[in-house]
Amino acid sequence: MEHAFTNPEFLWRTPQPRASYDVVIVGGGLHGLSTAYYLAKNHGIRNVAVVERGWLGNGNAVRNTTVIRSNYLRAESMPLYDFGLRLWEGWEAELDYDLMFDQRGVLALTHTKVEANGVKRTVAANRLTGIDAEWLEPDDIKAFCPIVNVSPDIRYPVMGASLQRRGGIARHDAVVFALARAASALGVDLLQGCEVTGFEMAGNRVTGVLTSRGRIGAGRVGLVGAGRSPLLAGLAGFSLPIQSYPLQALVSDIVDPVLDCVVMSGTLHVYVSQAQKGELVMGAGRDTYHSYAQRGSFQILEHQIQAALELYPIMRRAHLLRTWAGIVDVTPDASPILGRSPVDALYINCGWGTGGFKASPVSGYVFAHALVHEVPHELATSFSLERFETGTLVDEHGAAGVAH
Amino acid sequence: MLLITCPWCGAREETEFRHGGEGVRVPPDGDDPGWTRLLYYRENPAGPYAERWVHVHGCRQWFHVVRDTTTHQILSTRRLDGQEGAA
Ligand SMILES: Cc1cc2nc3c(=O)[nH]c(=O)nc-3n(C[C@H](O)[C@H](O)[C@H](O)COP(=O)(O)OP(=O)(O)OC[C@H]3O[C@@H](n4cnc5c(N)ncnc54)[C@H](O)[C@@H]3O)c2cc1C
Ligand SMILES: [Zn+2]
Repeated sequence: MEHAFTNPEFLWRTPQPRASYDVVIVGGGLHGLSTAYYLAKNHGIRNVAVVERGWLGNGNAVRNTTVIRSNYLRAESMPLYDFGLRLWEGWEAELDYDLMFDQRGVLALTHTKVEANGVKRTVAANRLTGIDAEWLEPDDIKAFCPIVNVSPDIRYPVMGASLQRRGGIARHDAVVFALARAASALGVDLLQGCEVTGFEMAGNRVTGVLTSRGRIGAGRVGLVGAGRSPLLAGLAGFSLPIQSYPLQALVSDIVDPVLDCVVMSGTLHVYVSQAQKGELVMGAGRDTYHSYAQRGSFQILEHQIQAALELYPIMRRAHLLRTWAGIVDVTPDASPILGRSPVDALYINCGWGTGGFKASPVSGYVFAHALVHEVPHELATSFSLERFETGTLVDEHGAAGVAH
Repeated sequence: MLLITCPWCGAREETEFRHGGEGVRVPPDGDDPGWTRLLYYRENPAGPYAERWVHVHGCRQWFHVVRDTTTHQILSTRRLDGQEGAA
């Protein structure tokens, strides 16, 4: 009998490495793939390889909790993240792929006066910049998201919340598939199982990457290694002001629809959304110690579940199904590092830490520009590595925090 | 959860401790790059990492730990004066 079903079409080509490429991107997560896609699409640079030590989308690309929003605080960050959100708004059509991008609204609860003042300040800054943002009092919160416990007698009563209605979630694997397909169709070679183990240099200029699949020549190299960026920089002979920590998340079993927005709480270190399938997807704060092990400590999960049960009593009946961790690349100011490195022709895109999923489009967009023009895109001029020498940091701890 | 041997108190659960980051920070001679390093750069190796922890819910002592960042295995703990713990 004939097979009852056939395998689906492959979404991307699996070529052998060429001897050299105009640009080699190291890292096949969302930001590496997005960079390659925009190199080809926006700049016509198609002689490009993405080299990936594992498989495409093995790292944070598919370990994140997919919260998308642009309500950051600083004048430098807001235009960057909001341009990113506008790219998301057109991405499903552009990539011709159902990304399950869903602008269901992101609610950020506050529990102390200091936190409420800080969040109100961010709401005001957002509105002045043309980013949609609202302040909700507890009664409005109850109407918008009925499962939140707004009673005044809980341990940390809810004092109000910000709401970005344009914020939401998407399906992360679909984004990997869509970008890989689009980049491959434009001519980008996606080289999996290809670990970069060193760099070939001529003086202070990088001329190629040494990989587990041999040497590959490169006109320019972009490092997009997320949590492993410090190790890549080390191979190239420089350091990054980045520390790598585990960040954990979990899902419950499948339950009836109870939650149709994203709710986060910075003070209590928990945020939650409900996937279209029905699982409650929850994230917490990061673990405290450095790690490359892609797992964290149990008490972080315990703490986040305690907070969730107090804020959303209905979740008492859910069961924990699965937990995991990714390694996040945390900078001193919770802002990314984009642009030149101390090595000529070697560019870096890292430091998105706990919050880079939302930036998948804009990260690749601006980084492709830097790789081609050798100067930062106008949205990214404030995010150079030099800012740690000049002291012009872009402090987003308030807006980044637990609220990815 | 890690099981950490405080050099003063013995093996206790991680929740009694707080992670204090890179072990030994040396102030620079005064040049700007040196200060940049001191303020913003930390070692971040894959493998044994010299760090400090404080037994915040115990004896409140700071101490040295060498921990493998690829396995989380704690390879050694020592008092700040370099002595092995009695515990
Ligand atoms: C639990 C968790 C929850 C999160 N939640 C959110 C959220 O809700 N919203 C949000 O905006 N962000 C979130 N993030 C952050 C977001 O996931 C990351 O900022 C983003 O995915 C990083 O970009 P990436 O996808 O390119 O990273 P990765 O997928 O990690 O890509 C890096 C790639 O580089 C490869 N690589 C590394 N070293 C080498 C080498 N030597 N040679 C070849 N390849 C190499 C790796 O294998 C990896 O595939 C979360 C992260 C975690 C861990
Ligand atoms: Zn002790």
